[in-house]
Amino acid sequence: MKQKDIAALLDEPACAHNKKAKSGCAKPKPGATAGGCAFDGAQIALLPVADVAHIVHGSIACAGSSWDNRGTRSSGSRLFRIGMTTDLTEQDVIMGRGEKRLFHSIKQAIDSYSPPAVFVYNTCVPALIGDDVGAVCKAAEARWGTPVVPVDCAGFYGTKNLGNRIAGEAMVKYVCGTREPDPLPTSAEREGIEVHDIALVGEYNIAGELWHVLPLLDELGLRVLCTLSGDARYREVQTMHRSEVNMMVCSKAMINVARKLQEAFETPWFEGSFYGVRDVSQALRDFTRLIDDPDLSHRTEALIEREERRISEKLEPWRAELSGKKVLLYTGGVKSWSVIAALQDLGMEVVATGTKKSTEEDKARIRELMGKDAVMLEEGNPRALIDIVRSNGVDVLIAGGRNMYTALKARIPFLDINQEREFGYAGYEGMVELARQLVLTIDSPVWPAVRQPAPWHCKKQAGEVA
Amino acid sequence: MPEIIKRNKALSVSPLKASQTIGAALAFLGFNRAIPMLHGSQGCTAFGKVFFVRHFREPIPLQTTAMDQVTTVMGSEESIVEGLATIAGKSKPSLLGVPTTGLSETQGSDVNMALKMFRKQHPEFDAIPVVPVSTPDYAGCLETGFAKAVEAIIATTVPAAEDAGTQPGRRRRQVNVLVGSFLTPGDLEELKEIIESFGLRPVVIPDLSDSLDGHLVEQDFSPLTIGGTDVTELPTLGDAKATLVIGRSMWKAADQLNRLTGVPDHRLDHLMGLDAVDHLLDTLRQISGEPVPEKLERQRAQLRDAMLDCHFMTGMARIAVAADPDLLNAFSQMLQGVGAETVTAVSPVNAPVLQQVPANKVKVGDLEDLEKMALDDGAELLIANSHGVESAQRLGIPLLRAGFPQYDILGGYQKCWIGYRGTRQALFDIANIILSLEKGEIQPYRSIYAQKPEYRESTHDATAATSAGGLQH
Repeated sequence: MKQKDIAALLDEPACAHNKKAKSGCAKPKPGATAGGCAFDGAQIALLPVADVAHIVHGSIACAGSSWDNRGTRSSGSRLFRIGMTTDLTEQDVIMGRGEKRLFHSIKQAIDSYSPPAVFVYNTCVPALIGDDVGAVCKAAEARWGTPVVPVDCAGFYGTKNLGNRIAGEAMVKYVCGTREPDPLPTSAEREGIEVHDIALVGEYNIAGELWHVLPLLDELGLRVLCTLSGDARYREVQTMHRSEVNMMVCSKAMINVARKLQEAFETPWFEGSFYGVRDVSQALRDFTRLIDDPDLSHRTEALIEREERRISEKLEPWRAELSGKKVLLYTGGVKSWSVIAALQDLGMEVVATGTKKSTEEDKARIRELMGKDAVMLEEGNPRALIDIVRSNGVDVLIAGGRNMYTALKARIPFLDINQEREFGYAGYEGMVELARQLVLTIDSPVWPAVRQPAPWHCKKQAGEVA
Repeated sequence: MPEIIKRNKALSVSPLKASQTIGAALAFLGFNRAIPMLHGSQGCTAFGKVFFVRHFREPIPLQTTAMDQVTTVMGSEESIVEGLATIAGKSKPSLLGVPTTGLSETQGSDVNMALKMFRKQHPEFDAIPVVPVSTPDYAGCLETGFAKAVEAIIATTVPAAEDAGTQPGRRRRQVNVLVGSFLTPGDLEELKEIIESFGLRPVVIPDLSDSLDGHLVEQDFSPLTIGGTDVTELPTLGDAKATLVIGRSMWKAADQLNRLTGVPDHRLDHLMGLDAVDHLLDTLRQISGEPVPEKLERQRAQLRDAMLDCHFMTGMARIAVAADPDLLNAFSQMLQGVGAETVTAVSPVNAPVLQQVPANKVKVGDLEDLEKMALDDGAELLIANSHGVESAQRLGIPLLRAGFPQYDILGGYQKCWIGYRGTRQALFDIANIILSLEKGEIQPYRSIYAQKPEYRESTHDATAATSAGGLQH
């Protein structure tokens, strides 16, 4: 990928960071950087496309340490769970045989698994030795008749966030608009309900949480043409251009996709979140706001009222346990304000939140939710997190998986909220799981057990045998 | 304190209970060059033998007085004398046990009289201790039979301090360790290692870790046990610094030992979980006057770390436990320590220790009771012996095997559950099983509008899935 292409991707007019001096996409600082590379970001973004053969073109470190470790779920095809890499050897590098190996790898993947498409992720070593991945993909597609999509995402191009955008870019460039949507299945037709096509961008179906939301959309007559990329199929991504409204779910990761689809197809889009009761309702309302269908608005309001009442009852016993408990929130990809609202719905007090990836608008919203004096953490190094926990009497730390063992070592109750997690918190129903997991860790008897010293380190008791 | 629900049905279905008689036999098997001779019909022994052979995968020395119609009607005392003389003459054991059975107890067989006859007729075997113990299978369970045998062995072989001149503490490093049937050979190995690390010398009674730990010896055949507590140790118990008693079932045996020797004892209900092991080490520290060894401090730190790692899985886990009272108590308390809940607790017999079980109720009953309750209580994991396989299958939940018998796996007898190390492994095992349940898993939902190709290949299924996985959660 050329420097100017990278620069173009980094210049994202739809991103609020773009206008600020301090950008979320700033250069990583050697010796003080956490987080993944562009390859990581691209792979995360597209791997949930379940029926595609995902080939990582590179030496083993890229695929070897990352394949099949994501929490995303598929309702059918499981091809994405099979790791594929060209596993380049020293000889390949020296002799320049990478391209040839890739070409044959694509054939092998097609022969063995007959996928509807192959995605090829370029990585540092082949990018450096000058493998023309785009040309190989083109040749392979022509030769074998299966779409082969190059995703040029070598790690040194930049951060994980950039990788997300590269991935989105590849979809818009090579896949979206290559097929028209299927006609509506007759079995799904319901009288008086006009079906509208929508798409979700940046929703990864972690732990299957999309399935908490999808039934609601079905009920309203909103056909999800494609989720980019949770539980998606190649043929769904192809039809994304026909969506009437796109929802950018909970992240800036693929904002370029929403913007480009709008530029090319005039699809309106909005940013929303499926975390927390308020936000789920808001997201549903935003769809109706952009789709001109009074009947839909009417039915949406009825559904929101019904669901909010139902879930409020279900949350009541948990609320009693969680009310007044203090939370330190340090999220990565999931928007801070979104989760804040969810926690406040449970009666919890959010004492501080991480804002490393938040925009000024996000921060304004956070202030709105948490008050003017909201503690915002730009840098979430473990020491700082632990200190805040200690000084504020925090009951639970909510953060990404990589912070989990830091928290546990510091004997702090913890809830994992990132990609690798086992539980789905989205939708109205996800709130119940969130509450349950919070109570599970906060009230666990292991905390007093690990905080107390061994009896023989306590003061010697009177009358003890010497 | 849990409510104890007594047995309330005629038929026992999928019994959890193993007999008191074989429990007593097991205790004898923990002594070196010993053999129990069950006083009953030959079937009593044959079944018991198979029970232990399958569990330990070892030859099991076990004999029988082989009561038949004649001896059953006319009196079986002669059979005892004959049996004892035969075994004593052929194998020269160091200890002969005579647990009674339902048959001989119902008959009213006078074992003590038979023993007197034996001593009178065979003075040449005077050096061989013979220990009768009343263990009819219509009372108690494996645990109680085991405890009764140990009590009887102590009563028979340990001399009173005033007669033998023993003096507590004369052997400054010796600690007597009375252990219940719920400790496996693997557990006992670990326990001995822990005690030794304080510079103490444990005399474990009975020591199954020396006899039935599954070790290969040069000798190609032995009619007797090939290890275990040396019988010559028994007269020295009165010189020990202290006695450790592991398991509430052993209290009467402990009382007996204390009465005879005056050696002070320390009683622990079990050795699973952080608190229990802390208590053990603190006791050993006090007995020995030595600090807790670095190695154990390290293991303690490892266990505490494991508790943190596992608590996400063990927290709020709903567990059904079916086991003899001491083991049930141990498991339920250990589980409580990591946030898991013993929702269903079943024990084959009532016992005082059941009052300690952290559960709403404890059912005295069988595996059928367990199945019914576990279903109602929404148990997610069953801890029981190998008979629990079928129950777990019917319940659709996984089984963690513990207790007697474990005939369908290898090495169950050798598994260590106790100490920091054993607890840690047990926690990992439990957490891994719970992890495999994929509890947080959300049922895949198939949108009615989906363009996914595999849905169309099975349109019928898709509609089914849609209606089933629809708006209900």
